[in-house]
Order: sequence, then C-alpha cells, then structure tokens
Amino acid sequence: MFDLEIILFLGIKVFFALVMIGTVMSMAGYSVLAERKVSAWMQGRVGPNRTVLPFFQYIPFLGPHLKKLGIFQPLADGLKFLFKEEIIPGHVNKFYYNLAPIVALVPALTTMTVLPFGEFFTRGGESTPLMLANLEVGLLFILAVSSLGVYGIVLAGWSSNSKYPFLGGIRSSAQMISYELAMGLSLLPIFLWVSQPGTGIIGLSLVEIVHSQSNAPWLLIVQPVSALIFLIALFAETNRLPFDMPESETDLVGGFHTEYGGFKFGIFFVAEYAHIVVGSAIFTLIFLGGWHFLPWVSDPWPSNWIGSVIGVLWFLAKTIFLIFFFIWIRWTLPRFRYDQVMNLGWTKLLPLALLNLVFYVLLVTWIDNPNL
Amino acid sequence: MAKTVVLQRKPLSLSERTYLPQIVTGLKTTFSNMFKEKVTLQYPEEKPLISNNYRGVPTLVKDPNGREKCVSCQLCEFVCPPKAIRITPGAVPEDEEDRAHVEKAPEEFEINMLRCIYCGYCQEVCPEEAIFLQEDYSLSGYSRDELINKKDKLYELGGTLPDSHYKWDKKKSAETAGNEH
Repeated sequence: MFDLEIILFLGIKVFFALVMIGTVMSMAGYSVLAERKVSAWMQGRVGPNRTVLPFFQYIPFLGPHLKKLGIFQPLADGLKFLFKEEIIPGHVNKFYYNLAPIVALVPALTTMTVLPFGEFFTRGGESTPLMLANLEVGLLFILAVSSLGVYGIVLAGWSSNSKYPFLGGIRSSAQMISYELAMGLSLLPIFLWVSQPGTGIIGLSLVEIVHSQSNAPWLLIVQPVSALIFLIALFAETNRLPFDMPESETDLVGGFHTEYGGFKFGIFFVAEYAHIVVGSAIFTLIFLGGWHFLPWVSDPWPSNWIGSVIGVLWFLAKTIFLIFFFIWIRWTLPRFRYDQVMNLGWTKLLPLALLNLVFYVLLVTWIDNPNL
Repeated sequence: MAKTVVLQRKPLSLSERTYLPQIVTGLKTTFSNMFKEKVTLQYPEEKPLISNNYRGVPTLVKDPNGREKCVSCQLCEFVCPPKAIRITPGAVPEDEEDRAHVEKAPEEFEINMLRCIYCGYCQEVCPEEAIFLQEDYSLSGYSRDELINKKDKLYELGGTLPDSHYKWDKKKSAETAGNEH
C-alpha cells in the first residue's frame, strides 16, 4: 500500500519545502536587519552593533566584525517577540483578531511554492527548473495569492475595533483596488512578448519567462514601462514606503497593527518582509533575467551542478539587490498622501498600463505580420 | 514704497511631473550618505568631550596642600534655590595646626542630588573657591539615601584643584608680620 518510491518522493518534497521556508524566513529576518543597518548608514548612524552570541566575539578578526554588523540581532529580535506577553485587548473581536496575522503570513509563504530559483542540469544537458511546484500558471497563481495578503490587514484593522487600525484597514483595501488592476495590466505585454507565435510557448509559466531572457535582452530593457508600473505596484502591494498607507505610523499610530503586540505583531512584521523577499524574487524572475547572467550574454558557467549553484547564487544576488533597493527607496522618499496614492493609481498608472498594452499589441502584431 | 513683484512659478516640465528624475537625485543623495563618516558616539566606550565651563555634579575641593577649603560660611546653603545643600558647621580639627586661625570648618556637608538643579550658584557664591561643579555628569543610585552626597563623598568626587590665592596662608603671614590684613 505504501510504495517506497512515493514515500521517498514525498519526503524529498517536504524536505525541500522546509529548506525553502527556512531560506525565505531567514532572508525575511535578515531583511529586517538590513533595513535597520541601511537606514542607520543613510542617516549617519551605525545601527545595531551590540548583540553577540557567547564565545563568538572571541573569534579573532571575524567575531568583532560579525558583532559590528549586527549579524546576531535578528535572533535577539525574534526571541524578544517570542517571549513577550501575549496581550489581547478587551475590545477586540477575538477570533478575527487571532486570525489576521495568520491570513497575512500564509499568502506570503504560499507564493514561494511556485517560485523557480535556478535550474538543474540532467546528465543529458537538459535543464529542469528548481522549484517546489512547476505550475503552468505560476504567475497567475502568484498574482492571485499574494493579493490575499491584504485580507490579513483588513481583518486586523476591522477586528481591532479601534479607530486607527480601522483607518489603516480601509486605506489598505482602497490602495489594493487601485493597484491590482495596473499591476495585472502591466504584466500582459510580457506574455504577449514571450508567447511569440512559432516558439510554441503559450502560458503563464515563470520558467518560460526566465528562459526567454537567456542569451537575449532582459525584459526590463524590452519593456521598461511595464517594469516601472510593476515595480510601483509591487511597492504598493508590499505596503512599503512611499505607499505604506495601512501602516503610516506618523498619522495612524501603528496603522493596522496598533492593537497587536508580542508574537502576533512579529508575524505581521515577518509577513511584510517575506512579501518583500518574494516580491523581489518575482521582479528578478520577470524583468531581470532570473538566474541568467547578463542581457545578451549567454551564461558563462558550465551546464552541470556547478552551473546550477552559481545560477542560484546569481539569482539570490539579484534578489538581494532588489531588497536593498526596496530599503533604499524607503529611506529616500516620503509617504504619499492617501488621495495622491488613489490619484496616481487610477489616473496615471492605469491609463499608462493600458497604453503600454495597446502599444505592445500593435508591435507584436506588426512583428508577426510585417505586411499588414 | 517699493512695489511688490509677485514672481510666477515656472510650470513643471514633463520630466519634473513624473517625479522620476527627482527620485533618482534623492536616491543618489541617500546612497552617498551611506559612506559618510558616522556621527554616533559609542557611549560607554567613548565619552563626549566635556567643556571647562560644564556644570556637572557639585563637589568640594581641597587645596594643593591637601587642606580643606570650605570654612562653612553657609553662603551656598542660603543661595541654593532648591535647598539641596545642608551644612553642619563645626570647628577646625585640633590636629590641623596651620589652619587653626581659619576657625570654622564643616562638620558635615550634604548635597542632596535629588534636589540639586545644577545651577552653579553655590560655585558662584563661594568666597573660598571650595565648591565646584565639575565634569562628572553621570550619577545614579539604588536608593534615595545613596543620592545624598556626604562630605567624604564630595571630597572624593572633587579632588584637588590648583589654588592661585592661598588666602588663609597670606592672612597668617600678614598677621605674623604685624599687618591687620
């Protein structure tokens, strides 16, 4: 009844899933550290540089440097959240109050199942993408699931039964409506471009998008307007400054998480950063060529396991740069006003995305039938 | 009267209305800031430079010969706005013969650091230059009693400062020379 092969297959899948969760979560944890360090450097400060595990500071040369970089700070931060008292205010709707952080975290962790992060070369030289689930409609899945994250924020805002979280929740839902449309429309030209007739590739698979960029210009160069709109929408989607409407700590105290503390707040916090990690990875895959080397250049690494490892590291490097870019933008730009965000979303980005779509429809049609 | 001219603001160009060039400029600024010298002072390891006229914890000082300077005139006690100083006057100890002509010395000298406002009036009013607000700024204790500085603590904090007058030595030598002052 229990076939050994199936058990082995399942075991490997579960193992890979755990590794993936571990990677994304620790990347999220270290993005928090990066956020603190980069913001400190940009403001002429030094950032967290005190935390150290016992004995580590006695390692010659390396130890003090690790301490100075605050490498152990995320551990301390996480433990702090874990051991804090769990306070549930008396005026909240308990069920939804407890549900909200979970709803916020789950989409962020679900989207990473369809994220390819490299390719594995079989002995014959054929490549299989490294990912948990190779969905044909990967990008559609990501767009669908990652938008669910907003429900966590709306639920938190509503169940907190308090005015500032409520305002945060309202803002967040209004913001989502104004950005989802432009985000989806900005991706349509990508599929038009990738699914050229004759190549036989039709689909929403992220792997195909990445493959189309090997030894060819990145889609960032081919479709800069799409990339710009998608990036702006990604900032709105991940609730990052300049569009952190639901949080806007200067005018809404803490926004949607005002009534949260302890580990539940920690989950919101991690979810936000997990969103950033996944968002950066998606942008890298679609517009920055994924694990492929540079535009117009074929991968210089060999088609074996060494090449796979270098490819994954190259993909991670791009993703980390994008995470840095997110942080960089945050400490450069002030927050948009609520109505300005709506204005930008509806009257600027949406028409621009539509125009962009029409332009590429005409362009692709012309490329297919130059006689028309 | 000069005529006021209202300057018309130039309309924004297309590139300015997209904000993108301005955002790039801002990104450049923040990026270059990352590599500038940091202004943070690593406090317990690095201490700030304290200027000479800093008003820190009030202390009692001794003259370079190790003698007590306070003559317990109580001017500081009277001038102290929050009434933080309390002096119990007493006689100069018997064993200090070269100071016998000073007549008075504080038997007990208390400064309540919970009341002190670091105004420096005591230092200003002291005719003997015996009390100084020095550069010690970090003060803490576990109980209220601990924060009432007694005489020995005050001398320990104050130490010895150079003296340019040696007022009582001059008085004594004038007296032995037969002068009244």
